[in-house]
Amino acid sequence: MIIELGHFAFVLAFALALAQTVAGFAFWQRGGAASHFVQQAAIMQFVLVGLAFAALVQAFMVSDFSVRLVYEHSHSIQPTLYKFTSVWGNHEGSMLLFVLTLALFGAGLAAFSRNLPDDLRTLVLSTQGLMVAAFSAFVLFTSNPFWRADPAPMDGTELNPILQDIGLAIHPPLLYLGYVGFSICFSFAVAALISGRIDAAWARWVRPWTLASWAFLTLGIAMGSYWAYYELGWGGWWFWDPVENASFMPWLAGTAMLHSAIVMEKRNALKIWTVFLAIITFSLSLLGTFLVRSGILTSVHSFASDPTRGTVILAMLAAFVGGAFLLFALRASALRSGGLFAPISREGALILNNLFLSAATAGVLVGTLYPLVLEALTGARITVGAPFFDVTFGALMVPLLLLIPFGPFLAWKRSDLVAVTQRLIGAIVATLVVTIIVFALMGFPVSLAPIGLGIGFWVMFGAIAEIADKGAIGRASLAQNWSRLKGLPRSVWSTAIAHFGVGVTVIGIVCATAFQTEIVTSMRQGESVEIAGYTVHYDGERLVEGPNYMAEQGAFRVTTPWNTTRGITSERRVYAVSRMPTTEAGINTYGFTQMYIQFGERFGAEGRVVRLWYKPYVLLIWLGSLIMAGAGFLSLTDRRMRIGAPQSARRKQSEPAQ
Amino acid sequence: MIRRFLVLLVAVVLLAPVNGFAVQPDEVLDDPLLETRARAISHNLRCLVCQNQSIDDSDAELARDLRLLVRERLVAGDSDTDVINYIVARYGEFVLLRPVFALHTVLLWIAAPVFLLIGLVVVILGARRKRATAAAASDPKLTAEERKALERLAKD
Repeated sequence: MIIELGHFAFVLAFALALAQTVAGFAFWQRGGAASHFVQQAAIMQFVLVGLAFAALVQAFMVSDFSVRLVYEHSHSIQPTLYKFTSVWGNHEGSMLLFVLTLALFGAGLAAFSRNLPDDLRTLVLSTQGLMVAAFSAFVLFTSNPFWRADPAPMDGTELNPILQDIGLAIHPPLLYLGYVGFSICFSFAVAALISGRIDAAWARWVRPWTLASWAFLTLGIAMGSYWAYYELGWGGWWFWDPVENASFMPWLAGTAMLHSAIVMEKRNALKIWTVFLAIITFSLSLLGTFLVRSGILTSVHSFASDPTRGTVILAMLAAFVGGAFLLFALRASALRSGGLFAPISREGALILNNLFLSAATAGVLVGTLYPLVLEALTGARITVGAPFFDVTFGALMVPLLLLIPFGPFLAWKRSDLVAVTQRLIGAIVATLVVTIIVFALMGFPVSLAPIGLGIGFWVMFGAIAEIADKGAIGRASLAQNWSRLKGLPRSVWSTAIAHFGVGVTVIGIVCATAFQTEIVTSMRQGESVEIAGYTVHYDGERLVEGPNYMAEQGAFRVTTPWNTTRGITSERRVYAVSRMPTTEAGINTYGFTQMYIQFGERFGAEGRVVRLWYKPYVLLIWLGSLIMAGAGFLSLTDRRMRIGAPQSARRKQSEPAQ
Repeated sequence: MIRRFLVLLVAVVLLAPVNGFAVQPDEVLDDPLLETRARAISHNLRCLVCQNQSIDDSDAELARDLRLLVRERLVAGDSDTDVINYIVARYGEFVLLRPVFALHTVLLWIAAPVFLLIGLVVVILGARRKRATAAAASDPKLTAEERKALERLAKD
């Protein structure tokens, strides 16, 4: 009964979204009742989709196998958490989560947009409603999660064991909050093009939504990467898998948009470009959804794909993206862009940032789609894998990373590179010293690793230098430093912190790639093996029973170079229902460094294949991402986000705005 | 009952000999230099039956065969290029994770740099045009002195 109520609520939400779209687009200039209706419809729609989602959750929690989706993707002996996450560990459920997120952002905008002019808000919500309607229709007609199975089966067929992990509880919802969150920026862009209202105020209204989506997407990608690292079992953390690329492209484009919107907000320039990026970013999210859901690309994520549904998504993709670009082509020329600026200026730096980020996005896009297109056109089959992306993407990132510290020091309109370099001299010297020390410690090898580390340190020191400079550290008394630092807008802090996080991630990547040690060996009970100064002792194996699996568990003891010893277990599991084997790596963490042990199959009479990785500073990769996302959320609390009107209060402060 | 079933299951699934796991200890060559070369080559070869995995990471039988083949050729004295050519001749270009640079892949390789260049050109031309329009629109009757004063102001 509950599932039928959920189904009904979802149909209502679909109808409401249609009504909202039609009413909104028809009467957006009138304001008044139409505006209220659209707002309330957006909120009500979220409530209804939420009810539908809750009904499905309830069916999974009580293991109602009369619901076909529950039967296909859950089992009564699954732990409670995985019963819950099974809701979106499949195509239908994850599309419902997609619609829920779309509706959430629509409702969020309806609820928190007092500052928005009525006509703009109505247009944004109508566009958002159109997307909710389209994706609800997709769910209802091609991927309905509410169908019953008759007669009801006795028990289910289990969630894919690889997905039975806490990662599934965190990664997809975060990713969707980011990925789908960009839909609101898309709606803002469409609304701007229709109404012709596109100015600095528009940039300010979009900014919190861009920031929030970007921060969530950062978290989602980082979480997915860490999950793949510990679950897939060969210690890799980024595979340039097509589906990873699908989430990475919106991130790159979103990062570019985040930066270009600053120019638009402060200087009323780059308007056309920012609107274009807003459209592109969500288009890439949709493209990603299509690539993942259609199964057109082979990937580790193709646990739930169906080519026929892919066609429908492709049609929707074409309609939304095509429609938006048509609108763009018709209206963009009407937009006048503002302020002039010299090449060496904050604007110039942000444009350069955008050039590199969009070239990187284009490179990843071409690399992901090239094999498909080539095969379709010529029949030739090639693979574009990690080694290709490492080279082409890396080549674009190096200059961008080198330029990061300069950006925040440049003044708007016109700046002086020599003066900026002088203010960065501390960071430059520190970077050189640290890089040379690293080089010396490594014994001056013929290797790019110290240079890579140097780039990471440069970005970090540059961020510190920015804060030090703005706080007048070394140029004023401590009390003055303190009051200056306290007075800095949070957006300045978050810029520095986010850039610092980029540096941290770079250092993690370089260390984990260049300095990791790997040993593949066979071990018998009682034997030890030495890796990077650590001694790993194999204590033997036993059979353990989990709630829905059996596992062979290898027990190890790891003794560090400073003579502490800690146990570690690594498992090979077989899940009871699906009979699928999985591996659970054993991981010990020392500071930012990890010892990663993979328990392999039998080898000879008593031996076991054991693979060991020593991964120095690998955690910095994800720590840096957390710092970036944290900076995004910090920026959301900036004064100008809380207060809609241009800051008259700030002018009264002693410090003039730069 | 369920427990006994599970134990049986482990026995059947995990202990079956077919289930290999990435690089095996018995595959590793005695000569560390050759082994390093073998690993480097394996990183760039795709496991044909897997989803976007290199043969170095894959636990499929076919990947193991390829790893052994690479090592066989290296021991026989082939250079790295020889080995790769040998594998490509047998399995086609599809095995290369890093595509060759040739006529049919030229667009792939130059896409990002060309995009960057075009972007730069567009930005520079756009800025010039804007400057020109702005200059034309500004009052032409400024005296030389006023112009200098303006420039000084703009520099600040």
